[in-house]
Amino acid sequence: MTAEVISELMREHINRLAASGKRSDGRVFDEPRSLTVHKNYIKTAEGSARVQLGNTDVLVGVKIDVGEPYPDTPNQGVLSTSAELIPMASPNFESGPPSPTAIELARVVDRGIRESKTVNTEKLCITPKEKVWIMFIDIHALDYDGNLFDAASYGALSALSCAIVPASKIGKADYPLPLEHWPISVTSAKIGSSIVVDPNLDEERIADARLTVTTDENGDVRAMQKGLKGSFNLEEVRGAIRTSQRVGRTLREVIQQG
Amino acid sequence: MGDVEHIPKELKLIDESGVRLDGRRYDELRPIRIEAGVLKKADGSAYIEWGNNKVLAAVYGPREAHPRHLQDPAKALVQCRYNMAPFSVTERKRPGPDRRSVEISKVISEAFASVVFVEQFPRTSVDIFIEVLQADAGTRCAGLTAASVALADAGIPMRDLVTSCASGKIGGVVALDLNKDEDNFGEADCPMAIVPRTGEIVLLQMDGHLTVDEFERAMDLSIVATKGIYELQRDALRRRYSAMAEQAMEAPPPPPIPSELPPPPDMPEDELPEVDDL
Repeated sequence: MTAEVISELMREHINRLAASGKRSDGRVFDEPRSLTVHKNYIKTAEGSARVQLGNTDVLVGVKIDVGEPYPDTPNQGVLSTSAELIPMASPNFESGPPSPTAIELARVVDRGIRESKTVNTEKLCITPKEKVWIMFIDIHALDYDGNLFDAASYGALSALSCAIVPASKIGKADYPLPLEHWPISVTSAKIGSSIVVDPNLDEERIADARLTVTTDENGDVRAMQKGLKGSFNLEEVRGAIRTSQRVGRTLREVIQQG
Repeated sequence: MGDVEHIPKELKLIDESGVRLDGRRYDELRPIRIEAGVLKKADGSAYIEWGNNKVLAAVYGPREAHPRHLQDPAKALVQCRYNMAPFSVTERKRPGPDRRSVEISKVISEAFASVVFVEQFPRTSVDIFIEVLQADAGTRCAGLTAASVALADAGIPMRDLVTSCASGKIGGVVALDLNKDEDNFGEADCPMAIVPRTGEIVLLQMDGHLTVDEFERAMDLSIVATKGIYELQRDALRRRYSAMAEQAMEAPPPPPIPSELPPPPDMPEDELPEVDDL
């Protein structure tokens, strides 16, 4: 409850700042928070990364196991993404079955990776129709200061980029997960008539609408998701796509080198 | 997912002369039919047939929000439940909400939240139920379009109707309103919902692969199409209410018979005015 009261007081403050072109943490509108990536953070996972986007802290683990392929893609590996918003990360997160927010988060991260064909799943086939490698991406939010969508998707991409397929389990040689693309999601939030990129928690709480745009290394759009109760006009959508392309280019390098 | 077998790999989703598998051009919608007021118990309802999609929408409320801790003392909640019947798809879907329907329910709720005058009904909930009876891709657009009519049918005050449509890319061509096969084998799908009078985009999702230019063309197709769908929504409401008005005209309630009226309390029986004077 305390957090909600502060958020009401913050609303006016942030709105007033936004109207004069400023943000509560001193960033300019199209400036994301600093991103740090720590790959291979967990030794028991086939791939992992702990990423900090400003004060938002997310740990993503990738487990890779043998399983059955889907009947309609008999020679392709399988991707499965889930997210847990554990009570540790925020006073507003509760334990229990995944909330609609957690489900949306996992599905948006999944969509960005899946639709851009980040992993060449045909190289994850062991025996067609019978055995393939299954990638489980598990997103664990540790400290929530806004924009989990982007933090989680950077974490997932980072974890995939250092993941090893444990083929020694089936008597073959381990090999790196065949990564072919680097999709970057960039989320914009609408505050009054201003649009800010990578909203922090205060901004996210009072935002009218949110738009996550995932672009690939060619600047093509691979996934989008609008959220919250407000709306965007077409010009604002175009602006969010341009921002995603530009900000994405910088952050992609951070993740590739991390 | 299950009906893959019948599509040979080399099949073209759109041929050299620009004709799609079901005979449509790139900018053609499937046939759409909307009926308002199809259920008795619900406060408002609508049925939509959109190509091979068959979707029912019902609205209850504004009514007391449950559970209570969800109540907003300043406004009404708009809560949508999108659900697919187990028999609505080729391979039986396990009953109950899966992750996909939870997400769709969430984005549809959010799409309506800025359109309904929620400030007028504090502590209440406007509940929208979307039931997909037969699915052929585009069910969220069909459901949202029907739900909008159901909200109006329930008399919920709104700034405007919300209209929804999707466009995508098939066989390298940006095309309107993909059906199941086109969605499964196409390159991208981008559902949107718009407030037609203001142009506000209240729902936007996309998956697949589109260049920025292709995205622009997809949005153009959808926006043009929603203008026509908006008219179908309005027409469904007009038909519903003109039918109700006609019924009222045909069978007016019988006027009270004067002799059966109880006498005014302070007037003695014999001083009753003559019936002719009334």
